[in-house]
Amino acid sequence: MNLEETKNMGKTLFDKIWDAHVVSTKEGFPDILYIDTHFIHEVTSPQAFNGLRQRGIPVFRPKQTVATADHNVPTLHQDQPIKEELSRLQVEMLTKNCAEFGIELYGLGHPYQGIVHVIGPELGITRPGCTYVCGDSHTSTHGAFGAIAFGIGTSQVEQVMATQCLLQQRPKRMKIEVNGQLQKGVGAKDIILYIISQISAAGGTGYFVEYAGDTIRSLSMEGRMTICNMSIEMGARGGLIAPDQITFDYVEGREFAPKGDAWDKALAYWKTLFSDDDAVFDKVYSFRAEDIAPMITYGTNPGMGIGVDEKIPDAGQFSDQEQLSYKKALQYMGLQDDTPIEGHPIDYVFIGSCTNSRIEDLRQVAEFIKGKKKADDVTVWVVPGSKQVEQQAIKEGLDKVFEAAGFGLREPGCSACLGMNEDKIPAGKYCISTSNRNFEGRQGPNSRTFLASPLMAAAAAVTGKVTDIRELI
Amino acid sequence: MATKTFQYIQSGVVPIPTENIDTDQIIPARFLKATTREGFGNNLFRDWRYDSDNKPITGFVLNDNTFSGKILVGGKNFGCGSSREHAAWAISDYGFDVVVSSFFADIFKGNALNNGLLPVQVSEAFLQKIFAAVFNDPSTELEVNLEKQTITLLSTGESEEFEINPYKKACLINGYDDIDYILSNIDKIEEYEKR
Repeated sequence: MNLEETKNMGKTLFDKIWDAHVVSTKEGFPDILYIDTHFIHEVTSPQAFNGLRQRGIPVFRPKQTVATADHNVPTLHQDQPIKEELSRLQVEMLTKNCAEFGIELYGLGHPYQGIVHVIGPELGITRPGCTYVCGDSHTSTHGAFGAIAFGIGTSQVEQVMATQCLLQQRPKRMKIEVNGQLQKGVGAKDIILYIISQISAAGGTGYFVEYAGDTIRSLSMEGRMTICNMSIEMGARGGLIAPDQITFDYVEGREFAPKGDAWDKALAYWKTLFSDDDAVFDKVYSFRAEDIAPMITYGTNPGMGIGVDEKIPDAGQFSDQEQLSYKKALQYMGLQDDTPIEGHPIDYVFIGSCTNSRIEDLRQVAEFIKGKKKADDVTVWVVPGSKQVEQQAIKEGLDKVFEAAGFGLREPGCSACLGMNEDKIPAGKYCISTSNRNFEGRQGPNSRTFLASPLMAAAAAVTGKVTDIRELI
Repeated sequence: MATKTFQYIQSGVVPIPTENIDTDQIIPARFLKATTREGFGNNLFRDWRYDSDNKPITGFVLNDNTFSGKILVGGKNFGCGSSREHAAWAISDYGFDVVVSSFFADIFKGNALNNGLLPVQVSEAFLQKIFAAVFNDPSTELEVNLEKQTITLLSTGESEEFEINPYKKACLINGYDDIDYILSNIDKIEEYEKR
């Protein structure tokens, strides 16, 4: 292909946004990429602030940095001092650092506090065509708006604080299309768990994914966020969806969204943000929505998922090398290969995390459990993604529905998704969880996680076992 | 600021053939409450290394004196999951200088490179040869030469070339730091902001 042809070729949405943010490009070097907004939280920022102090430099653009406390906060009694000393010190350190470096903090007690990937969108900070990073791999969530958003390590957090830029090599592009009509009871979480089960936990490594197709387009913004959120679980750095009227309607009028003339100007630009028809992707996958059942994971990485009515795969189908890891995973989970997963007893239900803690998730669960009760020996935690989600849920009376069903509505935070606070699943217990990772010990030492959708989690809460939601609706 | 450098190493190997070793295994979330970079090595692979009573679990490779060295070799898709740089800090703090696998997760690879910990990606076949050689003879050594971009199994002389971004290679060899490099472009950044 000659240079002229390359120039005339269509661009992917990803490349349009990337190109608009390249400050400098040099042969043999990664691009210097401009970051519009940097989200920070208490766990991955303290060492970066220390680095700035050692260098004797300020945060370059503090007004483009937004902080919240989410990973390491209790989800009960947030009005009281944090009991656990190390957690309290870490949260206090964030407060101190933000004050010293001039960064807006939505900390505990603030009406905007919440999981960083929930508050960015709900405040209108997340918008199409922009670049976002955060020291958290689920930053990919913001890609749902047609933005480039990805997780970074703490050295890079320091880099962005120091320069508002990131040295970054352009990844390859992947397109994943989903077309067709979803079955009843099947939603965004099932779509993404299905995709990961098909292409594996490493299938997206080295790529940035664009999700497309009429099934994806039919999803609400919250559903799209659930999809993009889990891009990292197939190894992809991020995922994005071209913005459309659903996106614009969601953003319009939010606290920090552009207003007046600025809105009109932004909207005109956002309408140019799509992959051209002749844009070339390095890899393309296409799936049929009709093939997707309510999903559940049985193993210790998010790629180990099946339809709830399927059997756990037979170990014999893997190579010797793969069997080693496969058997280790099933042993950890206390499960047998070639047996059904439906009907397996569960002990805990966790409805929350940056994947599924938004108001639509809570509404969906509340609607399903109205008039029902949780099974006696099951503990159910509902953890809203933000203070605003919590307030909205209370305003709509969802808290009453949860209470009547025996579900506990807690205060916002990352909670049992990673068990940094006291919300841990005890050793050996099974938790059906709407979060994003089923790694060994993720929800507490020796805890066992089944990842699923909010509806599947609610169904299991009622029956006390893994249940096919299609049989209950 | 100058960072840790790396040029060459010849060392014994610590093998963990498990695939998809995620960063939650490397350093569980409950140990991420520290606000400095030091000391994470004590909790490296914590839940594979110690039981719930904090007693060493027999059979886990870090509790087995048979294997030692500055090169950690893991199964494919090493470092997947959370972006926590604490994983790279823990491996480095424990005393490893190189991690070898047939496939690395992106964020982990970047974090390792930013901390003077060299990720060496080899073919699956070569990885299996390393595991076979080390389990057969735990005194097996590997040689890693960053300048030549080669990794050699010294017992057989078999060697493979590995890839690394030329910029990151220069950073590792010379102890350069990304922030120094970007700061030297600050005029371009301010220019960009005016566009």
